Amino acid sequence: MAQRAVSINGVLRGLVPWAGAIVSALLVLLCLGTVLAVFLRAESAAQFSRSDWVAVRFTVTQAFLSALLSVVLAIPVARALARREFRGRHTMIALLGAPFILPVIVAILGLLAVFGRTGVFSIVLGWFGLPPVQIYGLHGVVLAHVFFNLPLAVRFLLQGWAAIPAEHFRLVASLGGGPRDVGRLLERPMLWRVLPGTFALIFLICTTSFAVALALGGGPKATTVELAIYQAFRFDFDLSKAALLAVVQLVLSGSAAIAAWKFSRQHDAGQGLDRVVQRYDRAHGRLADAAWLGFVVLLLGLPLVMVVMQGAAGFLSMPASVWAAAGRSLLVALASTCLAVTFGLALSLWLARLRGAPRALGEMVAYLTVAVSPLVMGAGLFILIFPFASPRDWALPITALVNAAMALPFVTRALMPAVEACEAEYGPLAESLRLRSWARLRYLTLPRLRRPIGFVAGLAAALSMGDLGVVALFADPEQATLPLKLYDLMGAYRMEAAAGAGLLLMGLSFGLFYLFDRGGRMNASV
Amino acid sequence: MLRFENVVLEQGDFRLTADFTLEAGTQAALIGPSGAGKSTLLSAIAGFLEPSKGVIRWQRESLSGVPPGDRPMSILFQDNNLFPHLTVAQNVGLGLRPDLRLSKAETAQVTETLARVRLAEKADEKPASLSGGQNARVAIARLMLRAKPLLLLDEPFAALGPALKSEMLELVSTLAAETDATLVMVSHDPDDARRIANETVLVAEGVAHPPKPTETLLAHPPAVLAAYLGH
Repeated sequence: MAQRAVSINGVLRGLVPWAGAIVSALLVLLCLGTVLAVFLRAESAAQFSRSDWVAVRFTVTQAFLSALLSVVLAIPVARALARREFRGRHTMIALLGAPFILPVIVAILGLLAVFGRTGVFSIVLGWFGLPPVQIYGLHGVVLAHVFFNLPLAVRFLLQGWAAIPAEHFRLVASLGGGPRDVGRLLERPMLWRVLPGTFALIFLICTTSFAVALALGGGPKATTVELAIYQAFRFDFDLSKAALLAVVQLVLSGSAAIAAWKFSRQHDAGQGLDRVVQRYDRAHGRLADAAWLGFVVLLLGLPLVMVVMQGAAGFLSMPASVWAAAGRSLLVALASTCLAVTFGLALSLWLARLRGAPRALGEMVAYLTVAVSPLVMGAGLFILIFPFASPRDWALPITALVNAAMALPFVTRALMPAVEACEAEYGPLAESLRLRSWARLRYLTLPRLRRPIGFVAGLAAALSMGDLGVVALFADPEQATLPLKLYDLMGAYRMEAAAGAGLLLMGLSFGLFYLFDRGGRMNASV
Repeated sequence: MLRFENVVLEQGDFRLTADFTLEAGTQAALIGPSGAGKSTLLSAIAGFLEPSKGVIRWQRESLSGVPPGDRPMSILFQDNNLFPHLTVAQNVGLGLRPDLRLSKAETAQVTETLARVRLAEKADEKPASLSGGQNARVAIARLMLRAKPLLLLDEPFAALGPALKSEMLELVSTLAAETDATLVMVSHDPDDARRIANETVLVAEGVAHPPKPTETLLAHPPAVLAAYLGH
């Protein structure tokens, strides 16, 4: 028995260096194997119909408009943030990070409360005798995407501004240059460098959008490819159509991903955002800057405030099933977090040792899920599991797995620099002391990477907590996660209960992020 | 003995050849201009860089392909010789067992060694709360525990200031002498070489020259060494 335990231990130890390779194989299987599974299971080749074509066109149009509006609006906002010093600047930059971990369905709840038929905005319009706005359709989808991606664009541009050396501003000022010259000599070149990558990234994010289209789109004219996949699978169980659309989606977001990758290599994770650029043209445009900052605070803040206000009112009228759904969501989120962190760590440690072409290939695999539809992944897993067990029994584990895979690009991106720094600084010492596999993980990697691990665990947990994607495919009412439950409540026009559930979901997502991120920082010595 | 057989080290455009023997128990300094390849030679002995040609042998055994941790040596780097997130005792204990599953006897050994370098009361503290000299002694305590026959120093005490640096070098030199270990140290300072090293290897212009008695070499330096020393 002891002999056996030793050998299993030995096998596990042998696996550690290969963990990253195993994870990437799993990812390839999840991303491409599932598409293949859907393909093989399809009985006949589907025809590319008119409505599919409409879906492709709608996907591209809304993604283009969303990306364009996001980056165009981000320019004056980022410039205002870069050159103004004011109380609450720090809070505002933090607020810009919030949409990333805000559940999509909660944001939609908030946007409906502001821009819906009976929302604040329509009421104000009514005072002037104007008809209420209509949020469903193309402009609703674009509005929601701008809500999520404008902050992202602002953060990227703010990094661009922060990267302009202070000396350059001094130089232009000393040469007698005004705001116009600063723009021409410093800001415009920076924007040309940063904007294409930012645009491409947002375009990519918007092409894979599902929950926004599910809630605000719909109808033959406002269906994204992702939504069409969902409908083909869930309503028609038309696997050949789902497979065809899956390939379309792969090509679409794959090309967007390649463009984003080509343009955005110089971006680094948020550093130096707190620094106000010292510059000499401050007297200029003070009012305009204030207006732009006010606009963003309103756009981001108002929906969130509405969620809190309406949610507090509806908190007591929530059915018990909401709490059960919250419990399931928590379990899924925690499982997904464990998977995402384990996968991400294994991948990063493996990638850090590779060089040249294998490294580029490995990184591509790590970021593969950016371009792949989680719905196709779910559908493929459904088909693979079907012969052995009832997929519905596996809905939650599959959701956790797919969520982890979807979080992996962000997790890997945040972990890689920390892993590389740790290896560069302490790798030789660890080597010379024969610190390997488990011991190395325990005494070097995990303690050194506490902070980034806490951060990415928070990201993964919040993303999984708020995810409304693959779980919708399998949706059994008694297995619903909280976002799905919330969507059902909205669909049944139980708006009070929905508002309460929305507040609960937002609180859980932000709470999970806060706890993990804090946990990484606590007692982290040196 | 440590033997370099027609060794060629290459890193990009950089190239260094070495073909000589150091007898076991020697205390040798590597001296030469910056960028000449002193540290490169040391990392080749330690196993961080494989020679592109030739073989490095320790007591007739080839070291080719042997990972750093399995070589009969201990090395101190220029910095990062301690893990800042582990306690002093853990840092030293790693020298006995990398998985830190220390037996009672081993734990006692760690305590005893820390007492030898006068750091017994700092056992549970983290390196950040110790002075530079104390941290150096923690690293030396680990050298003592590992008790490897080959000690490599890549100027680990350079940041300490002259007096403390000499003290630490003396400590390591004494340790090497007591255990009959071979000591190879990179040095910028001819005085260090004089004090510690009976032999010196001149590393310059792409060649690590065979060792010469330190006094002789420094008294009659070749042109390149004379230029470096400023004679």
